[in-house]
Amino acid sequence: MSAASQDVATRNSIFARAIIYVVLILFAIYYLLPLYVMVVNSLKPLDEIRQGNMLALPQQWTIAPWLSAWSTAQIGVQPVGLKPYFINSMLMVVPAVAISTMLGALNGYVLTKWRFKGDSIVFGMMLLACFIPFQIVLIPSARILGLTGLAGTITGLVLIHAIYGLGFTTLFFRNYYEAFPTELIRAAQIDGASFFQIFRRILLPSSGPIIVVTVIWQFTNIWNDFLFGSSFSGFNSIPLTVALNNLVNSSTGVKEYNVHFAGAILAALPTLIVYIVSGRYFVRGLMAGAVKG
Amino acid sequence: MADITTTAPRAVTNPRATLQDLLPKLVLAPSFAVILIFVYGFIIFTAFLSFSGSKLLPDFSTWVGFGNYVRLFNHPNWITALKNLAIFSVLYIVVCSFIGLALAIFLDQKIRGEGFLRPIYLYPMALSFIVTGVAWKWFLDPGIGLEHVMQSWGWESFSFRWIKEGQMAIYTIVIAAVWQSSGFVMAMFLAGLRGVDNEIIKAAQIDGASTLTIYRRIIIPLMRPVFLSAFVVLAHLAIKSYDLVVAMTDGGPGTATWTPALFMQKFTFGRNEMGMGAASAIIMMMMIFTIIVPYLYSELGGKKK
Amino acid sequence: MSFLKISNLYKNYGQVEILKDINIEIDKGGFLVLVGPSGCGKSTLLNTIAGLEPITSGEISINGNSVAGLHPSKRDIAMVFQSYALYPNMTVAGNIAFGMEIRGVPKDERDKAIKQVSDILQIGHLLDRKPSQLSGGQRQRVAMGRALVRDPQVFLFDEPLSNLDAKLRVDMRTEIKRLHQRMKTTIVYVTHDQIEAMTLASKIAVLKDGMLQQFGTPAEIYNSPANMFVADFMGSPAMNLLNCRLEGGAGGLSVILARPDDQPLALPIKMPNGALDAYSGKEIIFGVRPEALTDPDGADRNAKSIAEGECLIEVVEPAGSDTFAVTKLGGKEVVARLRADAAIHAGQKTKLAFNLDKAVFFDPKSQLRIA
Repeated sequence: MSAASQDVATRNSIFARAIIYVVLILFAIYYLLPLYVMVVNSLKPLDEIRQGNMLALPQQWTIAPWLSAWSTAQIGVQPVGLKPYFINSMLMVVPAVAISTMLGALNGYVLTKWRFKGDSIVFGMMLLACFIPFQIVLIPSARILGLTGLAGTITGLVLIHAIYGLGFTTLFFRNYYEAFPTELIRAAQIDGASFFQIFRRILLPSSGPIIVVTVIWQFTNIWNDFLFGSSFSGFNSIPLTVALNNLVNSSTGVKEYNVHFAGAILAALPTLIVYIVSGRYFVRGLMAGAVKG
Repeated sequence: MADITTTAPRAVTNPRATLQDLLPKLVLAPSFAVILIFVYGFIIFTAFLSFSGSKLLPDFSTWVGFGNYVRLFNHPNWITALKNLAIFSVLYIVVCSFIGLALAIFLDQKIRGEGFLRPIYLYPMALSFIVTGVAWKWFLDPGIGLEHVMQSWGWESFSFRWIKEGQMAIYTIVIAAVWQSSGFVMAMFLAGLRGVDNEIIKAAQIDGASTLTIYRRIIIPLMRPVFLSAFVVLAHLAIKSYDLVVAMTDGGPGTATWTPALFMQKFTFGRNEMGMGAASAIIMMMMIFTIIVPYLYSELGGKKK
Repeated sequence: MSFLKISNLYKNYGQVEILKDINIEIDKGGFLVLVGPSGCGKSTLLNTIAGLEPITSGEISINGNSVAGLHPSKRDIAMVFQSYALYPNMTVAGNIAFGMEIRGVPKDERDKAIKQVSDILQIGHLLDRKPSQLSGGQRQRVAMGRALVRDPQVFLFDEPLSNLDAKLRVDMRTEIKRLHQRMKTTIVYVTHDQIEAMTLASKIAVLKDGMLQQFGTPAEIYNSPANMFVADFMGSPAMNLLNCRLEGGAGGLSVILARPDDQPLALPIKMPNGALDAYSGKEIIFGVRPEALTDPDGADRNAKSIAEGECLIEVVEPAGSDTFAVTKLGGKEVVARLRADAAIHAGQKTKLAFNLDKAVFFDPKSQLRIA
């Protein structure tokens, strides 16, 4: 981001600047507080949470809640921890992201560089598909998955996520390739390159940033999904978010807050790491998803 | 000069309309077909369902006309869901925009450590609503959370049990949702602020406008498109809100925090009222499309000119 | 036998006619420049020659073979683009050799061709760089190298100099001309810059609104513009196009120009053209280029028909090599081109010499040239 409008901040009084800093820091605390609460309390024994103070540091540090959340906590009827569900989520996310990103790139390529009559209608329909409330496709999707024998399987979830991610991936690549000079495509045509050669040799090598943006966007969305996971997963395909919710909201037994917090951090960790490592691209994805067209 | 009236253009038949020419369409076709079926076909399917007497399974043998819609709008849970949606979306949009704009303007004042603060404001957007829900559910829980903390610090009379109170529980969801999204709105506004032409600002400064006036009279009016984008994104998120409610209250206490999305889920898969569930989904879609379609239309239409 | 021939070419986008009945032909080794204002269809015409855009009807042939419907890579052409269109991810050498690579030319042959072309264009030291590391002029050379290496039957240039700064543009213009003289390949060159058109072309095609306005040698276009558009478009400063009345008298026809606050100026035509007789006593458009309107001492001594008249000078613009003077005739501003040291002053009356040998006349209704 350039500091274009920073010149506005000519000479604020010291008092005003102090207030600005105080407000900014207070908000930083507000945003960090829940994370702090989760981390601190995931390292405390349960008694210390119930007796003590949620904001206090642990008196007795322990990683037992983490171990429990990972491998032994009671989820549904099984005391297996979140580990198998973490694996389910990975198995679901990786192919779904790969498929939707690849197709999105090809769609964006066709929609910008091989325009045809009605292409804007096709794009408009794909774009609108990004915004439908998924409730509207739940019932028929369940039927289709049932009919094809994919109900309750990870494959079924991969399919659903890949399909409903297509709109966004197409949007990302289309907007990126729109700005890609068409003269380059023409030069390659004159050089005799074919449809796929142009894509592979000319466009793809220049698509690094948008691939990163799209992969991050899709990874974050699919990893964090709850609706499809809770609607279409079966016994062996429950993703992590659903498992976490089951862990936290199970009505039986003692509420092990420390385990819940550890589990929540586990569920958040992959996307948080992606955010920390490549925050710039994450923000770009958010912006691209927000400012359409 | 050329006389154009004598020769009527004749179509040139292209002898090489081969695979290469069809290839782009062939590549796009599967994606488009999938979208047609899985989005638009399914919308039509759900629309049909909403006029059917389907209970546990899709049942196209009994037709009830608008019966499901009539029952829907006479159902207290749906009315609650709509009320909650109204409260939630208004507060969510207004508070997020306000916080987002304020933080963006403050961050734009040549702040030391902006690079450090900005990611902190934005990271909640990377989290799952379920994780956010868990964090806030226990933090606002009277037994162990904020109330407990205040009391243990000696403020014995402190009471904050909104999450357990039917009247107030929806506001706790607003708190968590604002926490998650306001940083994102900040980022949108900040990008907008940084996009304002510096020369306009310099001109205003030469005209003697104060910083406050420059923001109030020049910069904020220039950010109208950002406000619109933020509104559309937030409204669309609000109507879809489901995960966060499930994680924080699961609709409770009682049915106090039901939203339309929750209603759809509970009626379709919990209460075997598929017809009503479908009707509620159609209403949700109509709400979203009323906001999104004009927006997309203007965005795409504007581009073409 | 014309080498590149375009006949009865039409191009529509939906209902909109982009190109209407274009007929152009040039000989082998010719340098054809397509010139016109933006939106006139010149780039579209070039793209149809390249095969990048389909035509609605008509025929394009290169060396006697029809190329309509042929894929661009099969037309034996090469193109230099306005933005140079260098593949950003490949080195200069990779850019030049990409077409050969696609056609499966062996590596050592490719290297030899790269060497040859880079010697001609003096870009040997740049071969391992990426386009982003090159200056504008260097990119331009690489783009030409990529075209040269194909050794095509026709070179297509799409406004290749418009992204360069003024000085570099003139240098590259000379270089292109030198290259053409050396390679003797047929070139089609699109530009909106009429000076480029004049300096480079062996034939110029002036387009406007998808219609060919005039097709001819630079001298024909400049001296005998087919209509008022061509007269106005070619040449800088533009030709003065003045409303006047033609009057017959004892000595022949005279051009009568209205002057503000003064008697009309009458310019007798000593070498009348028969075509003008029919317009005697009528309003017509009198066209005279600034260099045909000078101070009497600077007038062309070989001209057969020179008329002089007193004019009130409104503005004087010394330009170093010449001095331009603005006066008002026939209700319009008129630019005269005087010697640099001509003694004139704004606000004074000065005698100007009209070289009527070079004058042209247009019909005000059809805007076509009469004589």
